[in-house]
Parts: sequence; structure tokens; C-alpha cells
Amino acid sequence: MNRQAKLEVSDEVAIGIQGMNKWFGSFHVLRDIDLTVNRGERIVVCGPSGSGKSTLIRCVNALEEHQSGQIIVDGTELTSDIKNIDKIRSEVGMLFQHFNLFPHLTILENCTLAQIWVRKIPQAQAEETAMHFLTKVKIPEQADKYPGQLSGGQQQRVAIARSLCMRPRIMLFDEPTSALDPEMIKEVLDTMIELAEDGMTMMVVTHEMGFARQVANRVIFMDEGQIVEQNEPEEFFNNPQSDRTKLFLSQILGH
Amino acid sequence: MAENNASFVRHELIKEQVPPVSQRGVVKWVSENLISSPFNVIMTLLSLWIIYSIIVNSAPWFINGIWDAKSVRECYDILDGVSGACFAVLKERFPQLIYGFKYPPTEYWRPNTAVVLLLAALAPVLFRKLPQQLLGFSAIYPFLAYWLIWGGTPLVPVIAFLGLAFGIYCFRRFSARSFAFGVVIAVIAASLFWVLGGYLSEANGTFLALEAVPSRDMGGLMLNLLLGTIACSISIPLGVILALGRQSNMPIIKWICVIFIEFIRGVPLITLLFVANVILAFFFPPDTSIDLILRVIIMMTFFNSAYIAEVVRGGLAALPTGQYEAANSLGLDYAQSMRLIILPQALKISIPGIVNVSVGMLKDTTLVSIISMFDLVGMIRGPILATSEWNGVYWELFGCAAAIFFVICFSVSKYSQWLERQLETSNR
Repeated sequence: MNRQAKLEVSDEVAIGIQGMNKWFGSFHVLRDIDLTVNRGERIVVCGPSGSGKSTLIRCVNALEEHQSGQIIVDGTELTSDIKNIDKIRSEVGMLFQHFNLFPHLTILENCTLAQIWVRKIPQAQAEETAMHFLTKVKIPEQADKYPGQLSGGQQQRVAIARSLCMRPRIMLFDEPTSALDPEMIKEVLDTMIELAEDGMTMMVVTHEMGFARQVANRVIFMDEGQIVEQNEPEEFFNNPQSDRTKLFLSQILGH
Repeated sequence: MAENNASFVRHELIKEQVPPVSQRGVVKWVSENLISSPFNVIMTLLSLWIIYSIIVNSAPWFINGIWDAKSVRECYDILDGVSGACFAVLKERFPQLIYGFKYPPTEYWRPNTAVVLLLAALAPVLFRKLPQQLLGFSAIYPFLAYWLIWGGTPLVPVIAFLGLAFGIYCFRRFSARSFAFGVVIAVIAASLFWVLGGYLSEANGTFLALEAVPSRDMGGLMLNLLLGTIACSISIPLGVILALGRQSNMPIIKWICVIFIEFIRGVPLITLLFVANVILAFFFPPDTSIDLILRVIIMMTFFNSAYIAEVVRGGLAALPTGQYEAANSLGLDYAQSMRLIILPQALKISIPGIVNVSVGMLKDTTLVSIISMFDLVGMIRGPILATSEWNGVYWELFGCAAAIFFVICFSVSKYSQWLERQLETSNR
């Protein structure tokens, strides 16, 4: 039995995107995106490079500004109002391809910094939370090291712990395993699977189709800035409808 | 063991051994660095000969140096045709070289104390391992030093300090509502405090007063250190603000910073100093007489901060955008992400550049001798070399000035290298 069955999806909307368009200069990167993500959903976004998938999830926490349409995250609309943006960012965790840990701070400080300054949590309590999540990603013994002393897989797990310390309600993953060696991909994916099992709402840009099959409840295929196809993983992989999806799948699953 | 046998097992591990004699220690160093090839041998011999002749020719000049004489004539009489330096000028004019020729000799203890306290105030700033409570003293120091060097009643710096503290308190109190509101309230509060305090200190001008020394009486090395320390310590924060302003996406702030930086960098420092000397006074209200030293400090600070801004901008540009994005995605606001994430890394990258610019600034303080201020070089060129007693003693005097600046600048440079090693946390 697929383990997805255990994971519940509520009717509550976590991310609502309507008629969203984005341009880089005059280049139309995202075209008429409509997407609703319910709480507890695990969405995998895939597509060829340059298709706008990273830009899409970066728009969700306003790392990129959208030019038209509406994005509502956790009931708050993303506008140019900096207060709204900061509020949403502290509720939405983000993982990056290159981890983006802060190299001048220890692992523990990486995890406590935002708690102390954004959430105003006392240091002792913040450290306790940090150790809790570092234990959860299985690297509590590295707490006093600096990011440069860790392997890529460990760094990405620290990045996950750092996001979790903010107790986010939604997590975005921007190709979290693309910069990792093959043997490290698994440790990061395992951590992400655990997160999914805890009921986290996740939007994941990835080329790990095994992960998509195992964890996602919906796969979205994007090309040329638009959503071309979305379906449940089984249907998506076994019975793709559009030609572009078929071509893409044959290219990445072909070998 | 049979030949061509592919299987092999080692039962005893080989012990660690020292390298052969020719491959270690002095022998290795000499053979690698001094006599590795015929050309290398020739260069080594040539270098040794040059070093030897420099020492042989200059040593007598130092060794025969005269330390007790009243004038350069007397020096030559004592030397009696032998080559030798006339260091007596340094001894006789020592107070002039250090304090200038007008600072009252009975008050020399005041700049001396100020320098000693300066070291104490710098220590917690330069060495983060020291208890950070000492930073409190660093905050008071500028006001204390002002009182020590310029004299007058301590009420003036005390009121200046309290006014500043009061302003900062008001800012903390009101900036929660909005940043601009906090700044306005703080400025009003501090100005009110200063105006009211000004009446108080004027009325009690003799309270605990030290003998007042006007700015035009400052001179010698003291003046160089005064200008250098103040200009550097203000221009580093100002430069950081300018660099951030230049990156701002608010067009007016950005353009103010760009124009300021490009203008100041496009103008020679000496021109700015002439401006400070002559023209700047026109920009102040007619009755105010702004001190020449203050005007020079303003110009040097501007000049240095424009350069530091560009160095820091380089550091900011060297940071991967991922650092900005990670800070943003955690919900840190602009001020927090700059202070906690971006600037610590950008400034670390910029240390060599900042030190480079600051050391240059410290040496450029000698340019004030051109606008007839009597700093160390100004003293040597004017009041000392111009007298009939010491006319023509160039080597000793300028050598001494060079040595003093070298010691200061070299220490600063060594400190910055040490700091860079301290901050080296990652091997990314």
C-alpha cells in the first residue's frame, strides 16, 4: 500500500494563486498561474530548466515579486507591503539548492538566529528548539561546528532544521538535492519524507521522480512559464496526457 | 614472495621515519632557496654583497650619531669630519615634534593621558575576547579625550555625552512606532538638551576647568594622531552607511550616495583641504567660527568614507545572493539581515581594503602641513628646519618621522592580518 494513503489533506487552503503573471524585464516567465495548495498537501513541481518552476515557488514567499494576479499565503495576501511580506516569510520555510547557511555562524547559531531576532524567543529556549530539530535531522553532534566543516548533505539537513526552528506552516524546496553527491541525496530525501509524514504542507521543485512517486499527492509539470499538466503521481507517470509531458518524462526516466 | 604474484598481504606496518638530512631543516631551505642553480648562487652572492655594503656604509652614521648638542654646528664640531648623524635635534626638539610648538609644556600630561586611555578604549573594540563591558569606556572616551586635549570645563563634553545618550534613549523609546518618527524625536530631544546644557556650561565656565588650549595650538605627532584617529573612526561607519545607501532601491538615497562618493573620489585630498581651509567657512552662519581642525576632520572623514564605501561595496557584491535570500526567507527585516548576516561577512572580506585606505589616510594627515598646520612634518619643515640651529638636518628628522609612521602603520597592518585569521571560520 502506498504510504500516501496515511497522509491527510485538509480542505483549508494554504496557498492560493490566481491569474498570476510575472515578467523579468520584458520576458514573460510565469503566465496565468492558477494553483491552490491545501494544508497538508505535498506538491512536486517539475519541468525542463527555464520553465519557471523555481520562480514560481520563489514568488510564494516574495523572493520574486509578481506583477499581476493574486497570491494568498496562509490567509495573507502578498502585496508590496513589507509587513505582510515579513509575516509570510516567517511562516513559510524555504530550502535552497545551495543551502545558503550563514558561514560566519555556527550550526547552532544558524538555527537560533531567526528565532531570537524575529520571534523574540529567549536564547536558552531558542537553543533548546534548535537542538530538538538538529536531533530530528540527526546531526545534533555538529551543533558547534561551522557550515564549511560539514558535508553537503549535512548542510542541507541543517538548512531544514534552521527552517523548522521557525515552526513554519508551509515549506518550499527549491531543488534541494541538485547540488548534492548521489550518496547524500538519500539522507536529505529521507528527512523530507519524515517531514511529509508529520503533515507539513510542502511545495517541492525537484527532479527526484522517486520522491515524487513516493511522497507527492500531486505532481505539477511546467513548461514555458505555464502549468501544462497536473495529476496524482501514479496517473502522471503512467499515463501522461500532453505531448510535452511525455517528452519530458521520456528524457528524464529514459535511462 | 613469488614474482608476478598479484596477491600481497602486509603483516607489519612500516614505521614513520624522518626524511633524509638533505631534505629537512636548514640544509633543505638553503639548497632550495639560495643555491638551487648557478644563477641563484650569483644572485645570492650579489644580494649578500649589497646587504653588506649597506650595513658597512650606514652603520658608522648611526654609531657615531651625536645625541648631545645645541646646534648642527656643534654636531659637526664634535664629529670633526667623521661621518655621523646629528640625532641631537630629535632630543632637543622632542616636545615640538610630539606636541607642536605652542601646546603649553605644563599640560603635556594631558595628551599623554589621552593616548594611554586611547589604547584602553581601543582594546575592547579591537579584541573581542576582552570583556565587552569595557566598551562602555570606549563610548565615553571621545568626550574624555576632548576634555583632556582641549581643556576647559568638563561640563561641555559631559553635556554633549548626556545629550547624545538622551537622544539614543528617545530613539529606542519611540522608534517602535516608526523609524523616522524615532529619529525626529531623538534629534529634537538631543538638540534641546544641548541648547539648555549650553547655558549651564557657559554659566559655569570655570567649573573644574583645565587650562583651555585652542585648536590652532595643536601640533606635532599629536595632531596627526588626532586627525587620523577621529577621521578613521568616524569614516568607517559612515562608509558602511554610504555603501548600503548606494545599494538601496530608494532612488533618492541611492543617488545622494552615488554623487557624494563619486564627487569626493574624483577630487584630490589636498584640494579638499584647501576648501576646508578657505572656502568651507562661507557655508557656516557668519558669526560661527568653526575650528580649522574641525573643518579638516570633516574633509578627511568625507574623503576616507567615500573610499571605504567603495571597498565595502566590493565586499557586499562578493557575497552570494543566496545569503540575502536566506536571511529574507527567515523573516529577518532589512536592518536585521544587514547587521547579523550581510555586514559581518562583507566587512570581513573588506578588511584588507579598509585597512589599506585607513593606513593611507593616517599618512595623508601629514598633508595638512601644506595648509600651514604644524603637524609632525609641518613642524620639521617649518619651526625646526627653518631655525639657524638645525638648518640642514634632513635625514635625521625625516627619517625619524618615517620611522614613527612606519611603526604605527605596520602595527595596524599586522593587527588586520591577525584579525583576518581570527575571523577565518570556514573553508568555503
